[in-house]
Amino acid sequence: MLTRRNFLTAAVGAAAAAGLAACAKEDGKPSGSTGGGGKALTLGFSQVGSESGWRTANSESVKSAAKEAGYTLKFSDAQQKQENQISAIRNYIAQKVDVIAFSPVVVTGWDAVLKEAKAAKIPVVLTDRSVETSDDSLFVTLVGSDFTDEGRRAAKILEKVLEKAGHKGPVKIAQLEGTTGAAPAIERAKGFKEIMDADHKDDWKIVVSQTGDFTRAGGKQVMAAFLQSNPDINVLYAHNDDMGIGAIQAIEAAGKKPGKDILIVTVDGVKDGFIAMSEGKINAIVECNPLLGPQLMDVVKKVKDGEKVERWIKTEESDFLQDQAKDALPTRKY
Amino acid sequence: MTTTSRLRALTRHHLFWPVAVLIGLLLVNVPFTPDFFSVKMTDGHLYGSLVSIVLFGSPLILVAVGMTLVIATGGIDLSVGAVVAITGALTCSYISDQADQSALSAVFLAMGIGLVAAVVCGLWNGFLVARMGIQPIIATLIIMVAGRGVAQLITDGQIITINSEPYKLIGGGYWLTLPFSIFVVAVVVAATMLLTRRTALGLLVESVGGNAEASRLVGIRSARIKIMVYVFCALCAGIAGLMISSNTSAADGNNAGLWIELDAILAVVIGGTALTGGRFSIGGTVLGALVIQTLTTTIYTIGVPTQTNLVFKAAVVIAVCLLQSPKFREKVFGRKTRRKVTVPAQPVAPVEPAPKTEVSR
Repeated sequence: MLTRRNFLTAAVGAAAAAGLAACAKEDGKPSGSTGGGGKALTLGFSQVGSESGWRTANSESVKSAAKEAGYTLKFSDAQQKQENQISAIRNYIAQKVDVIAFSPVVVTGWDAVLKEAKAAKIPVVLTDRSVETSDDSLFVTLVGSDFTDEGRRAAKILEKVLEKAGHKGPVKIAQLEGTTGAAPAIERAKGFKEIMDADHKDDWKIVVSQTGDFTRAGGKQVMAAFLQSNPDINVLYAHNDDMGIGAIQAIEAAGKKPGKDILIVTVDGVKDGFIAMSEGKINAIVECNPLLGPQLMDVVKKVKDGEKVERWIKTEESDFLQDQAKDALPTRKY
Repeated sequence: MTTTSRLRALTRHHLFWPVAVLIGLLLVNVPFTPDFFSVKMTDGHLYGSLVSIVLFGSPLILVAVGMTLVIATGGIDLSVGAVVAITGALTCSYISDQADQSALSAVFLAMGIGLVAAVVCGLWNGFLVARMGIQPIIATLIIMVAGRGVAQLITDGQIITINSEPYKLIGGGYWLTLPFSIFVVAVVVAATMLLTRRTALGLLVESVGGNAEASRLVGIRSARIKIMVYVFCALCAGIAGLMISSNTSAADGNNAGLWIELDAILAVVIGGTALTGGRFSIGGTVLGALVIQTLTTTIYTIGVPTQTNLVFKAAVVIAVCLLQSPKFREKVFGRKTRRKVTVPAQPVAPVEPAPKTEVSR
């Protein structure tokens, strides 16, 4: 409740500050015509789509955090299409919102519309994913996860898992990659390999690696094939929980015990992943937190007030081992 | 008959090339998976690469069989993937609402709801194509695009996980040591073959595909036949949807059956059914679907880098299509495979011009 009150006060404060700023024009920051006069701050948010449980949780978090902060949220779903997202951003510019935030569908092709936003003096905040632009001043900051670091954390936590299981001998890893070309898939593989090459050059080896498209069905099918071609796999690293859950079913069908015969580390931390971990079938989960709404609102306020913010505000995330699963399970919202 | 003429007769059989490609693909796996052909008992059921191929290939076989009849009437059904998603979403969300998810009556009712929805989609497609005269590719595009949205609406954008032992059986369980889905596929394929080849139905479907107007004039209710094949196709997709969602015990409105329509069309074409309509081969389609599933498994096992997956798949499919083209074979293999009847307009068409020859396999 305290945070809620804080947010409300902050929101009123922000609106008032914006009103003052309209006269002072300090810091050269835009004041936005709707921000003044005690009106609530307006945030235009364009979401990628609703392709997964993670994304749905992400949308919910943004909506509820905006409500708590007392901001007016204009929310649109781009259904995985860049043109939808561009037209949504143009709409927000036309409506003269105070801040625009969006999760870009793809990495490139944003220069034109971001320049329009800049010309209208509306600051832009990216969430979850980044973009490539010709001009760094086109967006203020990115609120999101560091996927490469998630890969590194996965390798680090695998060390702990191996130690706990008392594993000896070579570590033969099967990797289930995300959708080919997607940033999380590329970077989670990169981060993992980084640690592996640095610390475990001799004893760890990725024997097979293939895309499971971030889906359960994909994970299951690919893992079934892996178990045939490389029956000696003893570690599975899946780029998301869903593929891990699919793979668990394939491992069971092969008559092996997931979590024992094959140690499993996944990324994301969705509820079903935690359920599997509490059943002992997943050994460790590296969290990728979609609940970045409150952090986003905080940043939006700062940006609006003309405060300096970092270029990349990383989401607060943690790692979970099996013994923490049961305690953490009831708190999982997605 | 001499040996050569026997050989020639064999290579001329319309199922020769699909079978040859399937065997070739299976053999490619052996160096990478030494015990590829071995099938052993694990936990009271058979386990091995061949079992996995059939298990994971079952939904595709079903969708492709339905697609075969639609294509035989000169149509195409792009909506099957969305129907897969809708059926799975409806069934799983009904089961997940039950207090006892393993209650047989609830599972049957849930499956019934899902299949009814599939049939409604088929009726809609058939109505647009046969009664409204809309191009099949456009008519079925509607559900292809909108259907996935409907599925996501049902699942609320979430992946619905269920915990129902009886429902798990249909797509992921085992019966008499074999994957249960094999029996479902066998029943559907056998029923389709009987209905289309032991009755006049197959002939009617082909005549509608050959020339819908002429068929109507000789007294065939071509509109009714068309609606029927779209409903059948959607029903097959519905059963496939049950299998896919049952296999992972979860309904994923966004990804279930994604792009399966394209794999199914490919399977139909590899099996020797002409996209122009008027001729079909159910046996060929089943083989075609197995070829595609084996190809997928092969990609996983031989360690093709993920970035080149699709290129590899495309290369194999191009090779298969070229091998099936009489013109191409004549150019490459010369006189040996020259045939009396060439079908220049249909590069991927099978060999025998008369459909009657496909009666018995």
